[in-house]
Amino acid sequence: MKCENCNKTATVHLTEIKGGKKYEKHLCEQCAAAAEGLPVKSHMPINELLTNFVMAHSGLPAKEQSLTCEHCGITWAEFRQNGLLGCPNDYVAFEKELTPLLARAHDGATHHVGKQPTRRGGSGVPMKRHVDIARLRKDLQKAIEAEDYEKAAKLRDQIKEAEG
Amino acid sequence: MKLSDLTQHAGEWLRGSGPRSEVVISSRIRLARNVAGFNFLSRCTRHQRQVLEQKVRQTILDASLAPQTLYVDLEQAPEVDRQLLVERHLISKPHAAAEGARGVAIGKDETVSIMVNEEDHLRIQVLRSGLQLQEAWDQINKVDDQLESKLDFSFNPRFGYLTACPTNVGTGIRVSVMLHLPALKLTGEIEKVFRAAKDLKLAVRGLYGEGTEATGDFYQISNQSTLGRSEDEIIEDFGDSIIPKIIDYEHHARKTLISEKGVALDDKVSRALGLLRSARLMATDETLLLLSHLRMGVHMGRVKDVDLGTINELFLLTQPAHLQKIQGKKLEGDVRRAARADYIRARLNGH
Ligand SMILES: [Zn+2]
Ligand SMILES: [Zn+2]
Repeated sequence: MKCENCNKTATVHLTEIKGGKKYEKHLCEQCAAAAEGLPVKSHMPINELLTNFVMAHSGLPAKEQSLTCEHCGITWAEFRQNGLLGCPNDYVAFEKELTPLLARAHDGATHHVGKQPTRRGGSGVPMKRHVDIARLRKDLQKAIEAEDYEKAAKLRDQIKEAEG
Repeated sequence: MKLSDLTQHAGEWLRGSGPRSEVVISSRIRLARNVAGFNFLSRCTRHQRQVLEQKVRQTILDASLAPQTLYVDLEQAPEVDRQLLVERHLISKPHAAAEGARGVAIGKDETVSIMVNEEDHLRIQVLRSGLQLQEAWDQINKVDDQLESKLDFSFNPRFGYLTACPTNVGTGIRVSVMLHLPALKLTGEIEKVFRAAKDLKLAVRGLYGEGTEATGDFYQISNQSTLGRSEDEIIEDFGDSIIPKIIDYEHHARKTLISEKGVALDDKVSRALGLLRSARLMATDETLLLLSHLRMGVHMGRVKDVDLGTINELFLLTQPAHLQKIQGKKLEGDVRRAARADYIRARLNGH
């Protein structure tokens, strides 16, 4: 799409409502800035933000199926329609179908990393708090780089203990 | 504490004195949790929903998470009260509009709020002024631990904390930082921030979350992915790299405006102050935009006789439900716009 003012590529798309009617405007960055009243030269390397965080998209979600959760009765098709699951068991009942969806929503990830409850849900049985060893190793590396040897020693002990 | 006490002041998060408050209005962290042994809310009967609400309400009140915790039963609360809580960011718009047994617990300084029966059984939230993500995390983590010692949360070793919508599963964490970016808007560079944020898989939203337009140059940036990375990693990315970079760009844009467009900038700020000090009818959107320009002017040292606390209070207290609560009556149309203009004039002219 071309800018309405000049002939550059339009990257800014505005919707204006005037007198109850909707108007769409397609402008390039310069013209959009001018329309705002205080244009200045473009100078900031905002795209640098991206370089460290490029991500890959994964495949499309699985086909709708007549799969049903025997606990709450929700079907896979119903879930796909409103986006909300019916009960915790759905994560087990639809595990195969959910996995590609989760990967798409979470930057490719399909496994939890992070906090864990001290008691396992429902049973009241105490659970050993999971230690994220990969995370500790990363922190250790950082501590060594920062020459914070006291912290590094502590982290080394934690890793040893976690690895049993 | 009563709900009406809230209208006497702005919450902690609007203090305007937190770190990097020249750009960062507030830092918010939210955790989604569900009670084991119950269906998610979409598959709860009316009765199960009530049982859940009672159980969670009792647990929260017994745990005494914050001094003088106020619990608001949203099923019983009048609309203006629910709207007031939305304006203060203590509940979400959908939570205000929903039906059935639901509520919210609010700590006295309003840094902690716990929504009961929103999309998940619990939505714990900590909201603080300026860039305070680590502090917010420490605080919410403690609240979560306290609740967890009394309630079994649905958890699965592979998927983590189980949530009604799979987009929240895993950590269940949503980190949101509210930014005031008037200079990037004026220089036309805000679109670049949006595109960069989108490529980083971050969501950019307006003042009141999902589906709301950015008004008055305020933008909320939040993480989208909640699985596969730890809470610490998500918070570190935000607090140590992404947000400081955006703050730097805004500062850069402010400097550029002063050096290249000093007069036009002062004109914009002065017009905003002039209108706020003399207009007789003020709409919400116009107020937000003018206050935004004024806030920028104050931070850039272009306006000396208005302080930030006043501006922050005006942001909050001029919104529809707050105005009506303060005046103690229903206000609509031009009457409301006139009341808003009167209130602003009185505050800014020192009456
Ligand atoms: Zn153009
Ligand atoms: Zn189910």
